[in-house]
Amino acid sequence: MPDVIKDGRVVADPWQGQNLLTPQELNASGALLGAAAADAAPVAVVLAPDQPPSTIEGDLNRLGLVAINFPVFTDGRCFSYARELRELGYTGEIRATGKFIRDQLFFLQRCGFTAFQFEDDANLEDCLPSLTDFSESYQAAADQPEPLFRRRD
Amino acid sequence: MYVYDQYDQRMIDERVNQYRDQTRRFLDGMISEDEFLPLRLHNGLYVQRLAPMLRIAIPYGMLSSRQLRKLAQISRDFDKGYAHFSTRQNLQLNWPELAEVPDILAELASVQMHAVQTSGSCIRNTTSDEYAGVAADELEDPRPWCELIRQWSTLHPEFAFLPRKFKIAVCGAEQDRAAIHTHDIGLELVPHPESGEIGFKVLVGGGLGRTPVIGSVICDWLEKKHLITYLEAILRVYNQLGRRDNKYTARIKILVKAMGVQAFRERVEAEWVRLKDGPSTLTEAEISRCQGFFTAPAYRHCDAAAVTAQLQAQAAGNKRFGNWLQRNTVDHRVAGYRIVNIALKATGYAPGDISDRHMEAVADLADTYSFGEVRTTHQQNLVLADVAQEDLYELWQKLDGLGLAIANLGYLTDIICCPGGDFCALANAKSIPVAEAIQSRFDDMDYVYDLGPLDLNISGCMNACGHHHIGHIGVLGVDKKGAEFYQVSLGGSQAKDASIGKILGPSFRREDMPDVIEKILATYVNLRTPEETFLDTYRRVGLDPYKERVYA
Ligand code: SF4
Repeated sequence: MPDVIKDGRVVADPWQGQNLLTPQELNASGALLGAAAADAAPVAVVLAPDQPPSTIEGDLNRLGLVAINFPVFTDGRCFSYARELRELGYTGEIRATGKFIRDQLFFLQRCGFTAFQFEDDANLEDCLPSLTDFSESYQAAADQPEPLFRRRD
Repeated sequence: MYVYDQYDQRMIDERVNQYRDQTRRFLDGMISEDEFLPLRLHNGLYVQRLAPMLRIAIPYGMLSSRQLRKLAQISRDFDKGYAHFSTRQNLQLNWPELAEVPDILAELASVQMHAVQTSGSCIRNTTSDEYAGVAADELEDPRPWCELIRQWSTLHPEFAFLPRKFKIAVCGAEQDRAAIHTHDIGLELVPHPESGEIGFKVLVGGGLGRTPVIGSVICDWLEKKHLITYLEAILRVYNQLGRRDNKYTARIKILVKAMGVQAFRERVEAEWVRLKDGPSTLTEAEISRCQGFFTAPAYRHCDAAAVTAQLQAQAAGNKRFGNWLQRNTVDHRVAGYRIVNIALKATGYAPGDISDRHMEAVADLADTYSFGEVRTTHQQNLVLADVAQEDLYELWQKLDGLGLAIANLGYLTDIICCPGGDFCALANAKSIPVAEAIQSRFDDMDYVYDLGPLDLNISGCMNACGHHHIGHIGVLGVDKKGAEFYQVSLGGSQAKDASIGKILGPSFRREDMPDVIEKILATYVNLRTPEETFLDTYRRVGLDPYKERVYA
């Protein structure tokens, strides 16, 4: 079973085998379910970099997983998407998939990503230290609502 | 100047460790070239034509003498004993070893310096007015704001992978010495039209490079406490909508043009609503904490009339000193003081280059004469900002002894020039030899002074690191079927009435450049009225007379 990094640990993928909907599919299924949507099991969706969180805004409360897929690791839109999802109040798992790299983990996690699904899951334990490259940051972000200047002593 | 506390120091130390580990993994083959590229760029390391180049951040141009000595030591221990001040107030080492860069960064961290985000598609070092805090025409010191921006932008988790590089400049004076019109974001401290309260005018989408654009005003007046949230909103819009498919259309200026300023502003405002008044809103306490690092030093009281009389006598008695005093020193806000410019533009040296010995000598002079501080300028010179008038003659003698008293600040031979084809892998043509040839041709200082203020800027390619578009005379290296040619433009300006130069016509061979410049200058001298500067005359008569003469 493939492993992922979730909440700072290497674990078996809890969403293994789950079908990831596109925003269009998600919207369509929501319309189909109507009022029943609220009681249905949480669903999983995947965003590509031209699909901002606004495309799924109405369905956030029935999502358990939002995967954001990196077509290349330098596509910085994904970072903003995660932050916006958190600002919209989404509290479920945000997972990086695709071509992101280990050396981005610290920033990704600051932006609100809580899970990381590498294309190659061979050496995940080795990647964990990158989550804690820094023990302090200047900016407010998803992991720290207050900027440093409100916390300095 | 700003002094790190435990938090600042810890982050910079951790950055060194992070990059040390990344370098090790790269050298062990565990990180690919492609993946390592942005990691090293974010730590200032380019791979150049001949060797790597390391760009060290000098936040808004401020250096302590201790830091300058450290830079001297680094350039001696890790490089060839000299370094290059860039047009963005930074310092570049041309020959560091990739494997030794972590050690260099550790040395820098020991004096509260770094190379974070000096390259790559991220928010770069914020630049400012080299006369900040001492200029006679200043409304408010921009440096505390630069420091706040430095902290906000340093290791910003959301904006490390922007479509393209992103540069912010701040100015707080009558005269714009920070070229805010040609930055991705330009900030100007301005009074509110009614209340008089000082806030920020915000410009966006200025830039040089392949498509030079003057920035557009996106906000006429922004209350200071909203600075960070507003910047965050702009960056977020750019990060999401900026083009990523083609690096030539990826800068924010292209996005602003494509959307139109009004639509761009609306997007920013929509984003800002969510951030405004949130936790990143600046507090009074934080603003005054940062301002507290930029207070006036203990200026000496003096008999201004007596000192001025003495200075006049010294200038009259020594013409070279008189020239230097007139050209290279500037009015200071405080009576009895002057701002001193050290021009790094001696003929025979690449503009902006400085040796380790000279760095140490300047550090000593800063300790003796200017409260231990030095500034770098985007004209690639150095500034001692607080020199008592009564010390000027002595300081000049020492600078002269070092060969650092060239009295050409703001004149033709004070050329701004990028490293060009001698060092830079991106170059179309060499730029340093062109600067040298022009400096050698115009070695008659009386003629140079007679020409009046003149900005001559040279870039070795479209990337415009020499800011050629905003030179009164701009020179751009171009490639014509594999040969190096030079395109000349006239009428650029980096002042508040900023303008982009217009291309004169077909490009020239390198050996013809001194002649071309000579003809342009002769045309100006012929046409000018007694009061007119080069730029004034150009703006009155246009390109044609110059064209006729040069291509005759
Ligand atoms: S302008 Fe071009 S040649 Fe000059 S330093 Fe920049 S990239 Fe290199």
